[in-house]
Amino acid sequence: MLFTELLKMAGLSLVANKLRTILTMLGIIIGVSAVIALVSVGMGVRKNVTDSISRLGSNLLMVMSGSSNRGGVRGGAGSVQTLTYDDAKAIKSKIKDVAYVSPTAQGSYQVVYGHENWSTTVTGVIPEYAAIQSLTMQSGIFFSEHDVDVRSRVAVIGTTVATNLFGSVNPVGKKIRVGNAPYTVIGLIASKGQSSVGQDQDDVVLIPLTTAQERLMGITYVRSINVQVADADKMDEVQANIEKLLRQRHRIRAGADDDFNVRNLTSLMETMNETTTMITLLLGSIAGISLIVGGIGIMNIMMVSVTERTREIGIRKAIGATYNSIMMQFLIESTMISILGGIIGIFLGIGLAQAISKFGNFTTVISGESIIASFGFSLFVGVFFGMLPARKAAKLDPIDALRYE
Amino acid sequence: MSNVVTITGVKKLYKMGSEIVAALNGVDLKIDSGEFVALMGPSGSGKSTLMNILGCLDRPTEGSYKLLDKEVSRLSDDELAGIRNKTIGFCYQNFNLLSKLTSLENVELPAIYAGFNKTERRKMAMAALEKVSLADRAEHLPSELSGGQRQRVAIARAIAMKPAIILADEPTGNLDTKSTVEILQIFRDLHAGGSTIILVTHEPDVAQSADRQILVKDGKITKDIITASTDERIDII
Repeated sequence: MLFTELLKMAGLSLVANKLRTILTMLGIIIGVSAVIALVSVGMGVRKNVTDSISRLGSNLLMVMSGSSNRGGVRGGAGSVQTLTYDDAKAIKSKIKDVAYVSPTAQGSYQVVYGHENWSTTVTGVIPEYAAIQSLTMQSGIFFSEHDVDVRSRVAVIGTTVATNLFGSVNPVGKKIRVGNAPYTVIGLIASKGQSSVGQDQDDVVLIPLTTAQERLMGITYVRSINVQVADADKMDEVQANIEKLLRQRHRIRAGADDDFNVRNLTSLMETMNETTTMITLLLGSIAGISLIVGGIGIMNIMMVSVTERTREIGIRKAIGATYNSIMMQFLIESTMISILGGIIGIFLGIGLAQAISKFGNFTTVISGESIIASFGFSLFVGVFFGMLPARKAAKLDPIDALRYE
Repeated sequence: MSNVVTITGVKKLYKMGSEIVAALNGVDLKIDSGEFVALMGPSGSGKSTLMNILGCLDRPTEGSYKLLDKEVSRLSDDELAGIRNKTIGFCYQNFNLLSKLTSLENVELPAIYAGFNKTERRKMAMAALEKVSLADRAEHLPSELSGGQRQRVAIARAIAMKPAIILADEPTGNLDTKSTVEILQIFRDLHAGGSTIILVTHEPDVAQSADRQILVKDGKITKDIITASTDERIDII
């Protein structure tokens, strides 16, 4: 009963001093919108990073050839070539929770069609590669297990290669030359665009792994084996099992260094996530400071308002207002300012974030958490900084207050 | 008739630097229900202090104050606020109306703090405004009213809760002669209706409306006479 009356009183006093109310609110509006806009920028960076990592394939372990160590002289990564297609098959058959295994062999070749030629990376893969890399076909098909078994001279090409060799002609069914042998193009991969490091992911020619090893490159090893794990929680377990299995297969004595490396993209993702979360928090807390400053603004204005309205407070006390009812009246005023400012700030913040993504060419992600957190914080600021002036008002002695000119 | 106000041995002491000054120095006073009392005294006499204590705005340093047989001299601030709300009605020299509220809303204020609902409040406030013949000015702001009308709104606010005593502090101090007569007539009418009224003034002519005149001087009551049936009057010099 009394509370609704106090709400009305506070509302009336805010309306009576419109300009002052709006100016006071400005601090909160700027604070809340800054938090929402800046956090959305931080979250945008995070989304970019996460997306580009998961585009490499999620739950992915990369087994790479290790470094040689002959008499203390250590080569770089890949300087020993001990990984084989059989290793890949063994991983697939002997280790639990492995979804896909994709060994690759790679080399750079001049690819020729008619009068056009193009230098590109030719990668020998097996059909599971398409699943791991989430490749979709624009036209034609991906090669099959059978093609790998019989070392077919078939190729699947990316759009960059297609454009450079064929122009606008559909390449499926055409023959291209890689090295000195003809390959039939059976599929065109839908464009994937640039990778996170700016590499053109469409500048590829894929051929069956066995064809690449035996008919094109003349090698027995593979460059790397990508392993997709079925369950994100099993990453570490599978990684350990692969290491154990490969040490066994490569007959590495206890204590000796591995001749391979297993890289875990999830841990990379975690690190990146941590970093971007830190950036987001940093941006958010800088904006949060402006909310505190806004709160101090509320406190200042409310202090002035209490002094200005000393006489009103005296009258109210004389006719029976208690400590609590005066306290509530002023606390409601400051809380209303922060709630209204918070709501306006939310809309402004969302607008700002959208403007940044539209005109700033920057990904922004508006998160519900940042809206709730900044609004909650502004509410807290309103109550907290309203407390002091409200107490000052409630504590006024009615005799002094009535005498105040 | 029963006592509304019973004050015994009330002292109010203030510390002025190292000295202790007694604004009230042992006051005894009884006011019966339905009395119309004028409280007089020169400035600095302790008259205002006595009024503040009577109005439960202040507490005595020593002594007892029984209001309607209830000891109120040792109550907390909020308890005193409750008593001011329900048992005391105030009128001031400068009216003390809230300038942003209409007459009706001003008169409703005490009922708001007492927790009455809207319809009850409206009824009480309109009844009070009718008593001071201002029902037709209910929706006006104080700035749209004359001084006399403002004081009548203030009186309506004082009587809205049907308090045990009405305390008027120099209610005619800011008014012209015509309005003064009007306001004093309203107090006479209220008195005739049974209200207990304490009128604080330093003007003998105004005090003449009351039935009993009390003179405060140097923190003590020096004269207390019934003037209702006599022409006796107190001059304060």
